[in-house]
Amino acid sequence: MTTVDPSAGLALRLAGAGFVARPSGALWWPDRRTLIVSDLHLGRSGRYARRGGPLLPPWDVADTLDRLGAEIAALDPGRVVSLGDGFDDDLAAETIDGEARGKLWQLARGRDWIWIAGNHDRLAPGPDLPGRSVPDLHEGIALRHIAGEGPDISGHLHPVVRLAGRSWRCFVLGREHLILPAFGAYTGGLAVSDRAFSALIPRGQAICCSARMFTVPLPYPAAGAADT
Amino acid sequence: MTALPPAFADWFARNGWDPHPHQLALLAAREDTLLIAPTGGGKTLAGFLPSLVDLHQTGRKGLHTLYVSPLKALTADVARNLARPIEGIGLAVRVGDRTGDTPAGVRQRQRADPPEILLTTPESLALMLSWPEAPKLFAGLRRVVLDELHALAESKRGDQLMLGLARLRGLAPGLVATGLSATVEDPQALARFMGAARVIEADPGPTPDIALLPTRTPPPWSGGGGRYAVQDVLDAVAEARTTIIFLNTRAQAELFFQALWLANDRGLPIGLHHGALAREARQRVEAAMAAGTLRAVVATGSLDLGIDWGDVDLVIQVGAPRNIKRLVQRIGRANHRYNAPSRARIVAANRFEVIECVAALEAARAGELDGEPRGPGPLDVLIQHILLTACAGPFEADALYAEVRTAGPYAGLSRADFDACLDFAATGGYALRAYDRWQRLMLRDGRWQLRDPRAARNLRMNIGTIVEAEKLKVRRRGRGGAALGEVEESFAATLAPGDTFLLGGQVLRYDRIRDLVMEVTPQPGREPKIAVFSGLKFATSTELSARMLAIIADPARHRELPGDIRAWLDLQARVSALPRPGTLVCETFPRNDRWHLVIYGFAGRNAHQTLGLLVTRQMEAAGLAPLGFLATDHALLITSLNPVGDVAPLLRRPALEQGLENWFADTSLMKRSFRAVATIAGLIQRNVPGHRQSGRQATFSSDIIHDTLRRHDPDHILLRATRDEARHGFIDFERIDDMLARNPHVELHRLDRVSPLAAPLLLEMGRVRLGGAGQEMLAERMARELMASAGLDDLTHDDR
Repeated sequence: MTTVDPSAGLALRLAGAGFVARPSGALWWPDRRTLIVSDLHLGRSGRYARRGGPLLPPWDVADTLDRLGAEIAALDPGRVVSLGDGFDDDLAAETIDGEARGKLWQLARGRDWIWIAGNHDRLAPGPDLPGRSVPDLHEGIALRHIAGEGPDISGHLHPVVRLAGRSWRCFVLGREHLILPAFGAYTGGLAVSDRAFSALIPRGQAICCSARMFTVPLPYPAAGAADT
Repeated sequence: MTALPPAFADWFARNGWDPHPHQLALLAAREDTLLIAPTGGGKTLAGFLPSLVDLHQTGRKGLHTLYVSPLKALTADVARNLARPIEGIGLAVRVGDRTGDTPAGVRQRQRADPPEILLTTPESLALMLSWPEAPKLFAGLRRVVLDELHALAESKRGDQLMLGLARLRGLAPGLVATGLSATVEDPQALARFMGAARVIEADPGPTPDIALLPTRTPPPWSGGGGRYAVQDVLDAVAEARTTIIFLNTRAQAELFFQALWLANDRGLPIGLHHGALAREARQRVEAAMAAGTLRAVVATGSLDLGIDWGDVDLVIQVGAPRNIKRLVQRIGRANHRYNAPSRARIVAANRFEVIECVAALEAARAGELDGEPRGPGPLDVLIQHILLTACAGPFEADALYAEVRTAGPYAGLSRADFDACLDFAATGGYALRAYDRWQRLMLRDGRWQLRDPRAARNLRMNIGTIVEAEKLKVRRRGRGGAALGEVEESFAATLAPGDTFLLGGQVLRYDRIRDLVMEVTPQPGREPKIAVFSGLKFATSTELSARMLAIIADPARHRELPGDIRAWLDLQARVSALPRPGTLVCETFPRNDRWHLVIYGFAGRNAHQTLGLLVTRQMEAAGLAPLGFLATDHALLITSLNPVGDVAPLLRRPALEQGLENWFADTSLMKRSFRAVATIAGLIQRNVPGHRQSGRQATFSSDIIHDTLRRHDPDHILLRATRDEARHGFIDFERIDDMLARNPHVELHRLDRVSPLAAPLLLEMGRVRLGGAGQEMLAERMARELMASAGLDDLTHDDR
């Protein structure tokens, strides 16, 4: 079981509300005791195998839930929000193994657990999974999978910054939008120099997931293609 | 000895030729043979002569002979060359080629009605063997000709080809294989590689005439272009009939070609040929060479192989050849006539290379070739072979194991390793049995087959053993800016806008990346902040390194070197020290607010690479914040944020050995190696049907897979295959051991600036970037600079 420091992270503000960008890639909303994670993509290795593709190392679900568990243990949130693409597809929600299912029930005990729909997982998870499903949440700031009218917090794009010879998962923060990095184990990234980001956030910054949570400005001309 | 049939003898006579003895020897052979012959020895005709004679005498129709070459371009050339005897003798033999470039319509016809002689590449052969109709297609096959086998045997393409050959032998009993090879250091080893072949060595011809090209001005201190010698090269070209000018990289070839044209007052027709040029452009140059209208062609490794121009009478090698065998093979390209001596001249690109060239010439004259023994067949290639075999149809494990062991590289394969590969192909081979329902291969009635037949398409799209680093094109900024070359994406990611770097001898300022193109502005006269060593990373061989050190260490032998080199070494001896046997000379100096440590190990690139990983680990532990290192064949250069106080403790054997125990963890080299292994084994897909370009966030990094496996299943077969490859390929701990044993004294010279010997190192690239605190500190520093240059304060606490 991984353990993490509850005080780690970088404080930031969006539309008057205070948040903490965590080195893990999760977002902590202290006022609402809400933990937000995006793009868990649970069941990705299983989906590949089902389709006759490569048989990836099958520990992605366990790894992702272990890191999520560490965040929950450190922060004790009253509410956990999965910001879409919690599952790699609708079938993945049905086929993840019993151990992962048990772990999810254990993590959700005593908390409000919310699955926001993504483009991979459009349907609500079945009754054998904890939590409730909603298309999005509106609490002054919208919580949704794909960024829309601001202010909102979204995921979907899997932002990364390429710097000093590697790629860093990052939060992308602008005046109206905050985009979370993908939290799932087997997820790639889209470089923040991509037009998808500049269209939403002409000026802003990327906060890189690391012990120091360093930031770089946007537009960021140095970044190349996505990590592959 | 089998006599040449009259129709063939007449054809030779009409052309005024006598068959070479080795051509007749090959015709007489009834078993597998390996022909070792220099260029110009009629090697290709020798390989085909038995086929043509057999087809002439039996009148057989349908696929008779399969020819496999490493280059698509060669197949076209061979088709042309075969047309001469076929037409001249009046044979009813059809020749076709099947490569990645063959149009779909032609492929369809070939599947229905194959030509007697089919020309192909290892990858296309693997594809054909994955077709369900492969048994029918190859049932009547009589002969296989493997061209340029020495080149194929240097990579995994050779292992794949040998597995394909084993499959062909299973489908066509009685098949006879002929390997064709340039001069190699150990012909018997190459014969074992292709199964068990009899070696036939052709007369190597007269001793070549080789020397350094005399130049008007001495070579520069650094750089790899050799452009200082352009006028001298032009003079040599003017005196020869046809010249091939070899350079080691594409960028260098481009720049040298440009420089030749600027100085070409005599208007000599000179062409350019390298792998990054469009196919049409290459074909134009090849045709012009064949027609004899060019006086010279500037080329890279793209002309190391194959295409045989009878009129080449001079080879000029610009830049150190790195390896004696390669030099000898390139020299062999100058064979105006088989019985005339090859003539070659070498241009050292910089002063360090002069020493290497002198050492290489000495070895080449002595006929002492170098080469490392080949390791056993890699498991990732076997896994791909198993999956492709399943694409063709169900197979029995016992039968496939027996067949695979007939392939030379896999002769010693254990059943346990085979079973592990089969298990990986079927289930992923994980300690945790995760995919019972979704196995890739299923065992039904004692035979293995694809669970989902649709997977075959995916597997066929990912055939091959060449895994290239992701590259970015570099262009001059502005509308229609000139293309300047390519850099690895991982290198591009280390740059920030405004950084300057060296590419192909030009200092360029990095402006931005747009649409996978790096835009730059040339900055003549500026000092580059970072250098790019672009091009092939040939390692200078062990033998050559040892010869170089012997020359450097012995001032009496400096007489063999040009005056400017002597002066350079004298200067090094004065400001620091000369590397010498028995003493490991090291230097440290500051530069651009980083510290550098140089260790002159002369142990070869691979051993230096390993030493770099082990030493930087200890530096990391000591808080010296190492950023990366550069391993060359003669030295190791380590860059760090903090200076090294004493080097001897970093080189203590027990500590190094301890480090080796853990070094497999999270080194970027290991991950690079894993990426190739995982791609070949089909865990990472290069090509996915219907893949959307925009969906790059859907693909994930092989590093993540590597880390996951390391954590949960450290004995997994792909990690084992990666370690095996590393051990054979680039660890070379024995040579570190040997280096430490040979050098009981360690001498550290603390300098206030770069030393004469170290200067060229700073201008090379190919650095290994390290993870750890150094990297994060560097990233943070670069990020701060970016924030500052954008005029931004820290926005995070500001509610805008």
